[in-house]
Amino acid sequence: MEIVEKKNKNIGYKPILDGIPNWPVYQLSKNRKEFLEEVTEKSIARIKELRPTRKQLIDELEATVYREQNRMKRNRWRVDPRDENAFWAEIKKDLVALNSKSENEAPDEILRKITHRYANEIAGSFKASSYKVARAVIKFGFRRLLNGARVKKFGAIFRSKYTLRDKIHIVGKAKMIRNLARRGTVVMVPTHFSNLDSVLIGWVIHSLGLPAFLYGAGLNLFNIKIIAYFMNSLGAYKVDRRKKNLPYLETLKMYSNIALQKGAHSLFFPGGTRSRSGAIETRLRFGLLSTSVEAQRNLYLEKPNPGEEVRKIFVIPVTLNYHFVLEAPDLIEDYLHVKGRDRYFPEQDNYGSMQLLKFLFKFFTKGSNISVSIGPGLDVLGNYVDNEGNSLDAQGRIIDTRDYFISNGKVSVDLQREDEYTRMLGNKIAKEYHRINRAFASHLVAFVAFEMWMKQFPKLDLFSILRLPEEDLEIEYAAFKETFKRVRKEIYRLKKENKINYATHFKGKADPVIQHGLDNVGTFHLKRPLLMNKKGNIITHDLTVLYYYHNRLTGYDLEKFI
Amino acid sequence: MTLRNLSEKPVGVIGAGNFGSAIANILSLQTKVLLYARDPNVVAHIQQHRENRGHIFNEQVTATNDMAYMAKECDVLFPIVPAAHFREMMKILSPYLRPYHIMIHGTKGFDIILPEGKTLETMKVLSREHVKTMSEVIKEESVVVRVGCLAGPNLSKELAQRQPSATVVASPFQEVIQIGKKLLRNDRFQVYGNNDLTGVEIAGVLKNIIAIASGALSGLGYGENAKGLLISRGAVEMIYLGRALGGNIKAFLGLAGIGDLVTTCNSPMSRNFTVGYRLAKGETLTQILGDMHEVAEGVNTIRIVKKCADFYKVRAPITDRLYKVLFEGMTVPEALGHLMRYPLDVDIDFIQDEANLDIRSPFNVT
Repeated sequence: MEIVEKKNKNIGYKPILDGIPNWPVYQLSKNRKEFLEEVTEKSIARIKELRPTRKQLIDELEATVYREQNRMKRNRWRVDPRDENAFWAEIKKDLVALNSKSENEAPDEILRKITHRYANEIAGSFKASSYKVARAVIKFGFRRLLNGARVKKFGAIFRSKYTLRDKIHIVGKAKMIRNLARRGTVVMVPTHFSNLDSVLIGWVIHSLGLPAFLYGAGLNLFNIKIIAYFMNSLGAYKVDRRKKNLPYLETLKMYSNIALQKGAHSLFFPGGTRSRSGAIETRLRFGLLSTSVEAQRNLYLEKPNPGEEVRKIFVIPVTLNYHFVLEAPDLIEDYLHVKGRDRYFPEQDNYGSMQLLKFLFKFFTKGSNISVSIGPGLDVLGNYVDNEGNSLDAQGRIIDTRDYFISNGKVSVDLQREDEYTRMLGNKIAKEYHRINRAFASHLVAFVAFEMWMKQFPKLDLFSILRLPEEDLEIEYAAFKETFKRVRKEIYRLKKENKINYATHFKGKADPVIQHGLDNVGTFHLKRPLLMNKKGNIITHDLTVLYYYHNRLTGYDLEKFI
Repeated sequence: MTLRNLSEKPVGVIGAGNFGSAIANILSLQTKVLLYARDPNVVAHIQQHRENRGHIFNEQVTATNDMAYMAKECDVLFPIVPAAHFREMMKILSPYLRPYHIMIHGTKGFDIILPEGKTLETMKVLSREHVKTMSEVIKEESVVVRVGCLAGPNLSKELAQRQPSATVVASPFQEVIQIGKKLLRNDRFQVYGNNDLTGVEIAGVLKNIIAIASGALSGLGYGENAKGLLISRGAVEMIYLGRALGGNIKAFLGLAGIGDLVTTCNSPMSRNFTVGYRLAKGETLTQILGDMHEVAEGVNTIRIVKKCADFYKVRAPITDRLYKVLFEGMTVPEALGHLMRYPLDVDIDFIQDEANLDIRSPFNVT
C-alpha cells in the first residue's frame, strides 16, 4: 500500500504587489550605481571606525592583500574574475609606495579601490526580463517533467495533472509572511542542506505571491553554470566564504544592511554553509544576521521621536526537509574529516551541471517529496510578532521594539549591545528550526537504525562504529519496529509540547510507515543507506550516509528511547 | 557619557533586606535612590528614621511601596530579594518593565520550576530545565534583556561600616557593566567587570554550599589546615558543578568565586556559615532555621545542587555529604570521616579538560 501525502489545500497565492517595477529589488537594481556608491562610502567609514589609526589600517590592508594572493594561489574558482592577479599586484604596489611616502598620507584611496571592487563583486543585478524567463522555465520545465514521469501514458508530458505544489509541500505561516511583507521588510532565513535549496526557495517565494527577494547565495554555486544562470536572474548577490578579510566582510554586511533599510526583502542562509553533519543548524553565523539588527536600529535612529511610524524588519525562519540530499555522501565525509581530525580520510568528489540534471530527473520521476515549513514571524530581537507586525512578549503584551535600542531615553548606537542581540536572535532562530521541523518517516527509520547499532556496540566510539563492515550489521525487523514505535510515540508527545512537527505520512500503522521510510531514505544514492533484506530484516549498505540522515533528528533527546 | 543623565533619574533597589540596604547606601553616594520594600511598615520606618537594619541612609534615599512608580521613575533597577520570592516579585513588576530597563540583581540562589504535582523531594533528579539563575528568571518573566548581576565578597555589615571591598558586575552587555561601575564605584568600593553572567551567578550560588561546610569544620573546633583543605577542594567542586550548569572556569577564579569563597568560609557573620557551625554543635536543621531572621540560601542550594549533580553525573562529595547531614540525619563527624577517606586521584584536573572540550562539540563543523 502506498502512503500518499495529503494533497495540499492551498491553491496558490496572488502576488501582493502587482507589477515588477514596484518590487524593492527592482528599484535597487535600477539605481544600482548610486546604491553601490553608498555601500562603498559607508563601508569605508565603518572600516576606518574599526581601524582608527593609519598604522592599523595599513596593517589591515597588507593582511588583506596577503590573504587574497594566497587564496588565488591555493583555491581558484571558475567564477573568479580574470584580472584578479593584476588587481592585487597593483594594490600591493600602491601600498609599498604609500609606505615610502610621508606619514600624513592616509591609505583611503587604496581602501576605496578595494571596497569598490568588492561591492561590485557582491552585487547582483536583477533584470525583470530574465527573471520572468527563469521563472517560466522553472515552472514549465518542472511541470512537464513531473507529468511525463508520473502519468505513464504517451502524451502525458503535455498534461497538467500534477504541479510542483504536489511535490513540494509548503506548510506553516504562509499567510503571515504575506501579511508581514506588506507591512515591513522580511528577512527569510532557511536551514541549508543542499545546493538545491537556493532554487527551491526561489520557487517558494514566488508561489507565495511575494516579490523577488534579495538573495545571499554562496559564490561556489555560481561555479555550476545552470544554477548560476538562475541565481543571476533571480537577483542573487554573492557571498564568498573564502574571503575572510575585514574589508570584504564589512562591505558584504553593509550591502545587506543598506538594502534592508531600503526595504528590500532579503534571504540568506544563517548557517553560512550547507549543514555538513545533516543535523539542523544549532549554531548560526552572526555576520549577515547582525545586519538585520543594525538596519532596524538605523531605521529607528532616522525617526527619533517615539510613536513615529518606522518600517519594521521581520525575521522568518524556514526549515526545509528532504528524504534525499544529493550531496549527502560528500557532506558527511567533510564533517567526519573535520570532526575526527586525522582519524578519518575522505575521498573527494564534486557535482557539476550534469549530475544535477540527472538528479532533477530522478527527483521528478520517482516519489521524493520536499517539505518547506514556514515559521512564525520574529522581530529582530527574536520576539514573536502578530499578524499586524506587533512584537509580543511571553505574556502576549505588545512591546515597542524601539525600546531595545534606547539608552537614557534616546535611541543609541552600541555595537557590542547589538552583537549580543544578534546572538539572542540567532539562538531563537535555531530553536524555531527545531520546532517547525517536519519529521519524515525516512528520518526516523535512519535515526532508529543507527542508534540501535550504536547501542549494540557501547564500547566503540563513532569512528570505530563507522568502520564496522556493513555485512555484519542486521537488525531483526520485530525489534526494529518496536523501537520505531516507541520513538515515534515520543515524537507525538514532543509535538504536543510544540517542540517538533511531522509530515502527514508519519502517522498510522507502523509497517507501512516504516516501508515508506525505507523506500525514501537517501533513495538515489549509489549505495542505499537503509533497506530490508530477503529475511525482512533491516540492513545498510552505507553506514556513513545513514549517519547523515540519522543526524536530522538529533537535538531532541530521542536517544534515550532506543 | 551616561553619568549626568543617570543622576537625574533615580536608581531603584528592590528589597530592603541587609544586602539591599547596603547597596542602596553605596548607590546613594552617586545618585538618587528609590528603595522598594514590600512591607509598608518598613517603608514608613525608613522614611521616618532614615535607617534600616543598622544601615543609616542619607537624604538621597527614598523608600517606596509602589512598583509601578518605581519602574516608571527608574531606568536602572537592582533587584535584591531572596531567590524563593524572586520570580513572584518579577511577575508583579513585569507589566511595568520595558526593554530599555537595565536590571542588575544581587541574589545568590537558584529558582526552580517543577512539573505540576511534584515537589523537590519527589523529583529524583533536576536538570537545567528546572533550575534557573536569577537573570534567567528576569528574562523569562519580563521583556528586560539588558541584565547583569552583582557578586563578590560583600558582607553587608562590613559594607555598612565602609570597609574596603570589591564586587563584580557580570553581564554580556558592556553597557550594563559600565553603568554598574559608574553607579557603584567609590573610594571604598572597587568594581570589576566580567562577561560570563551565568558563570558568575553560579559561582555566587555554589559558594554558599562550601560556606556551610566551613561553618561545620569550625563548629567541630578544627583550625586552618582543615579550612585550607576545604576551600581548595571546595573550589574544585564548584568548578565541576559550575561547568555542568553552564558557566566557564574563569568566573570561578575571580572575585565571585575564590574571592567570595574565602570571605564566606572565614566569616562567622555569614548566615550559611552559622548554619554549618550550629549543625556541628549538634542542632538540627529545623531548630536552626526556626530562629534565623533571614534566609540562608545555602540550605536550599544544597537540596537543588545535589539533584543536579546526580543528573549531570558530576562528582560532588562535599555537597553530597552535606545533603546527608541536612536531610538524612547523618552527623557532621560521620560526613567528615567519609570525606577524609574519599579516593582522590589528582589535585587539579580541570584546566587540561577545558582544552580538550572542543573536540567533543557536536554540531556544525564549518
